[in-house]
Amino acid sequence: MIQPGWPGTKAVADPLAPDLRLPRRRGIEFSLLVVAVLLSVYGYCAVGLAKRGTVPPGAAGYGAGLGVLALLAHLAVRFRAPYADPLLLPIAVLLNGLGLVLIYRLDLETPADHAAPAQLNWSTLGVALFIAVVVLLRDHRVLQRYAYVSVVGALALLTLPIFFPAVNGARIWLRIAGFSIQPGEFAKVLLAVFFAGYLAANRHALTYAGRRVWKLQFPTGRVLGPIVAIWLLSLGVLVLERDLGTSLLFFGLFVMLLYVATGRTGWIAVGLLLAVGGALAVGRLEPHVHSRVQDWLHPFASIDAGQGPNQLAQSLFAFASGGMLGTGLGLGHSILIGFAAKSDFILATAGEELGLAGLSAIFLLYALLVERGYRAGLALRDPFGRLLAIGLASIVALQAFVIAGGVTGLIPLTGMAMPFLAQGGSSVVTNWIIVALLIRISDSARSQYDGTAAP
Amino acid sequence: MTRYIRRAAALCALLLVALLVNAARVQIVQSSTYDDNPANRRPTIARYGQPRGDIVVGGQPVTGSKDTGEQLRYERTYHDGPLYAPVTGFASQVYGTTGLENAADGILAGTDPMLSLLPLWNGVSRDRNPGGKVVTTLAAGAQRAAYEGLAGRRGAVAAIEPSSGRILALVSAPSYDPGELSGTNSAVTSAWDRLNGDPARPMLNRAIRQTYPPGSTFKVVTAAAALDAGVIRDLDAPTRSPDPYPLPETRISLTNEAEDCEDASLRYAFEWSCNTVFAKLGVDVGLKDMTATAAHFGFNDKGLRIPFPVAPSNFDTKLDAPQLALSSIGQFDTRATPLQMAMIAAAVAGGGSVKSPYLVERTTTSAGGTVSATSPRTLHQAMNPSTAARLREMMTDVVRKGTGKNAAIRGATVGGKTGTAQHGIGNSGTPYAWFISWAQADNALEPAVAVAVVVEDASARRGDISGGGDAAPIAKAVMEAVLRS
Repeated sequence: MIQPGWPGTKAVADPLAPDLRLPRRRGIEFSLLVVAVLLSVYGYCAVGLAKRGTVPPGAAGYGAGLGVLALLAHLAVRFRAPYADPLLLPIAVLLNGLGLVLIYRLDLETPADHAAPAQLNWSTLGVALFIAVVVLLRDHRVLQRYAYVSVVGALALLTLPIFFPAVNGARIWLRIAGFSIQPGEFAKVLLAVFFAGYLAANRHALTYAGRRVWKLQFPTGRVLGPIVAIWLLSLGVLVLERDLGTSLLFFGLFVMLLYVATGRTGWIAVGLLLAVGGALAVGRLEPHVHSRVQDWLHPFASIDAGQGPNQLAQSLFAFASGGMLGTGLGLGHSILIGFAAKSDFILATAGEELGLAGLSAIFLLYALLVERGYRAGLALRDPFGRLLAIGLASIVALQAFVIAGGVTGLIPLTGMAMPFLAQGGSSVVTNWIIVALLIRISDSARSQYDGTAAP
Repeated sequence: MTRYIRRAAALCALLLVALLVNAARVQIVQSSTYDDNPANRRPTIARYGQPRGDIVVGGQPVTGSKDTGEQLRYERTYHDGPLYAPVTGFASQVYGTTGLENAADGILAGTDPMLSLLPLWNGVSRDRNPGGKVVTTLAAGAQRAAYEGLAGRRGAVAAIEPSSGRILALVSAPSYDPGELSGTNSAVTSAWDRLNGDPARPMLNRAIRQTYPPGSTFKVVTAAAALDAGVIRDLDAPTRSPDPYPLPETRISLTNEAEDCEDASLRYAFEWSCNTVFAKLGVDVGLKDMTATAAHFGFNDKGLRIPFPVAPSNFDTKLDAPQLALSSIGQFDTRATPLQMAMIAAAVAGGGSVKSPYLVERTTTSAGGTVSATSPRTLHQAMNPSTAARLREMMTDVVRKGTGKNAAIRGATVGGKTGTAQHGIGNSGTPYAWFISWAQADNALEPAVAVAVVVEDASARRGDISGGGDAAPIAKAVMEAVLRS
C-alpha cells in the first residue's frame, strides 16, 4: 500500500482536496546552506587577507570541500527526511565552517601545530556519519529498544580513559595510534538515548508510586535505584577523570529529562541540592576542581602573585579587547591564551575578532539549534521521541552554556568543547550525530500530520 | 508533558540571556578595566603593531620605524640619535618612553582621539589611527652647533627665541643613542645597564633635569631686582660697597676675582662681575623683592613643562642676611637649569617678558593635517621694560669689552654674562663654567636667540675667565647658527 506522505500521493488521490501537508522547505534549506558555506569561505579569505595580505591558496578547495559536504548532507535529508526542519543542517554547517576558519586562523600563529586539516577530516567523518544515520535510521523509535545497550556502552566508554594517562590534568582521552579520542563525547548521545528510553518507560512509576515524605512523593527504590546510580556515576567520573564538565552535563541532562518526564518540580529541587552538595564536596576535596573554582573567583590572583595572567585572565583580556565590533578576523591576539586556544578557549578568538556582535550571533545560532530541537520534541507524540529530542537539544544547550559561561567568567571553567566550533574530532563527530538524530526526529514530527490530517 | 517542555525551554532561554548579559559585561561595560590591566599585553602589541609617527626637526624626521616581524612589530629608529636624544627621549618596548616620545605618545602612537575624524566612531570600532607627527621648534643648525661645541664634555645648552619662547636648541652631553633601547633583544638590556651604570650619566637630560649653581650669571636677576626696586637708580653711580665685603652677622668676608670693585658702579660691577657689589645689592634689595624677582624669572616653578616637565630651579624663600648675600651671587642654595638661565637671558632680550618655553610647534596627522599648534604664552613680566633696556646695555658691554669677548659676533649685537659656579665641599669641585647671552642681527627688529651654556668640567681656572673661555664660544656658535638661518 502506498503510504501517505510519499511524494505526489495526495495530489493523485484527491486533486480537489486542500493541500494539508506541511511544506517541506528543502529549497530554503538549500539556500541557507549556500549562505552558510559562502560565509565560511568569506571568513577563510578574510583571515588570509588579514594575516598574509592574499586570499589563502586553499580557499577554493576549502569552499569546495565544505560545499560538497553540505550538498551531500542536504541530498541525504532531501531524499530520506524530506520534512525535516530546514534550519538544523545550515546551522550545523555554519558553526562547523566557522570553527574551521577560527582553527585555521589560530594555526597561522602556531606553525608547529596545524589542527585545521585534521578538523576538516573529522568533520568529513562527522558528515558521513550524519548521512549514515539519516539514511539508515528510518524511525527514531527503534532506538528505544536499545536503551539498556546504550547505557552499558556509555559506561564502558566513560570508564575506558581511566586506564590511559591524564592530559592537562584531566583523564578523558584515549590515545591510540596517534589519534586521540574523547569517549565521553560519544557517551553523551548513548546516555541521552538511555535516559529517554528509561524515563519514557517508567515515568508513571516515577510520578505516582512509592512513599510520601512530607510534601515529596518518592518513587519506589526499584525505580529510584538506577537514578541514584547515575548520579553517583557522574560524581565518580568527575573524581576519577577530573572532568567537571562531563559530570555536570550528565547530571543536568538527567535532571532536566526527569523534570520533563514527570513534571515534578521537586525533582529539580532534589537535583539542585544533590548537585550543589556534590560540587561542594568535590570542590573541597579535589585539588584540580578546587583550583578551577579559585580561578573563577579570583581570575587575576596569579597576576597579583607575580606569575602573569592565567588562561582565564587571558581569555577575559581577549573578550574585552574585542569590544562591540571586534578587531576583525585574523587581527586579534587570542594566541596569548596558550595551549587550549583552539579547543576550550576558541570562543575567546570569536569574541576578540568578531566582537560582541559576532559572539551574540554565535550564541543565537546555538539557541536556534536548541530551539529547533525543542520544537521537534513538542510536535512529536511518542514520549520517547519527545524526551530524546529534548535530551539532545539540552546536551547542546548545557554544553554551550557551560563552556561559554566558563571562558567568559560567568561560572567556573570546565574543560569542554564548544559544539562544532572547537578543535576536537570526537566532539565534531558526536555533534553531527546529534544533529542527524534531531533531523530524523523533526522529520517524524512534521510528517506525522500527513497521515492523520489526510482525509 | 508539553508544559514541562516549555518550562525547560524557558530555562534554556534564561541560560542564553545570562550568557549574553555576561558577554556584554566583559566586552563593553568592564572592557576598559581589562584593557588597562598591566598584565594585558594587547595594548603593548597594538602600540607597536603600527609604525610610530615621526618627530620632525627643520622639516626632516629625526625618527623612523623598522619592521621586525615580531610580536612587538615596529621598532623605533633614530637619525642622529645622540644629537636629539634630550628632545626625543627614547621609545623602548622594554623600558617605556621618555622625552617627546613620552609627552606626545598619544599622537605618535595613533591613540590620540584628536587624530580621528570621527572620534566617537573610533571608540566603538576601536580602530587605531596611523601615528601622527610632532613638529618641533628646534633649529637643526643651532642644535648641531651646540652639540659639537660641547664635544662630549659634560654640560648642556639651551637656546630659545626670546619673542616667543620657542626652544631652538636643547643639548645635553655626553649623550646616548636612544635607538639602542628600541626592541626587545638582549642588546637592549645590556645597553640599558651600561647607560645607567655610566658615571657620566648620559641619559640625564642636563639642559632641563639638572640644576647647577648659576654663579655670576645670576647677577642678571640681582641687578634686575635692584633696578626695579629702586635700590639703584643710576648705573654709573658708586654703590658704596666695600671690598672685601664682610657678610652681615658673620666674621666672613667676601672677596673678588676682579679688581677695583670697591665702591664700583653697577655697570662696572656687572661688566667685571664684582661679587662684593652684588652680594651687598641682594641684601639691600631684601629677601622679599629678591624672591619675587627670582620667581618672576621662573625660579621655584614646579609646574613648568615643555611639554615634558622641567626640574624646578631654586631660590630659597627663607634666608638670613649672609645666605641672601651668597644667594644673590648665584651661590649657597641657588640652583638653576640651563633652560632657566636661557629664559633669564631671553627676558632681558625680550623687554622683560618671560615667555613660556616650548618644544612642540604643532602636531599633525600622518597626512599632515594640523591637530594642534602651540601659541606663545607669557609666563610673567619679570621686570620693567626700562630695566630690561638697561640690562641689555650692560650685557652688551660685557661682550664688547668685559669678560664675554669670546661671544662677539660681527654684524650683530650680542649681550652676555659669564659665570663660574663653585661647588663641592669647601668649593673643591672643578667650577662649572656658565655663559648666558642673546644676539640680535644688526638689521633685525628684535633679538633672535637667547642661549645658556654650562660646561661642568671646564678648565680649572678660577674666575669668570673660564665662563668666557669655555662656555662663551659654544654660545657664540649657537647664536651664529640661528642668525645665519
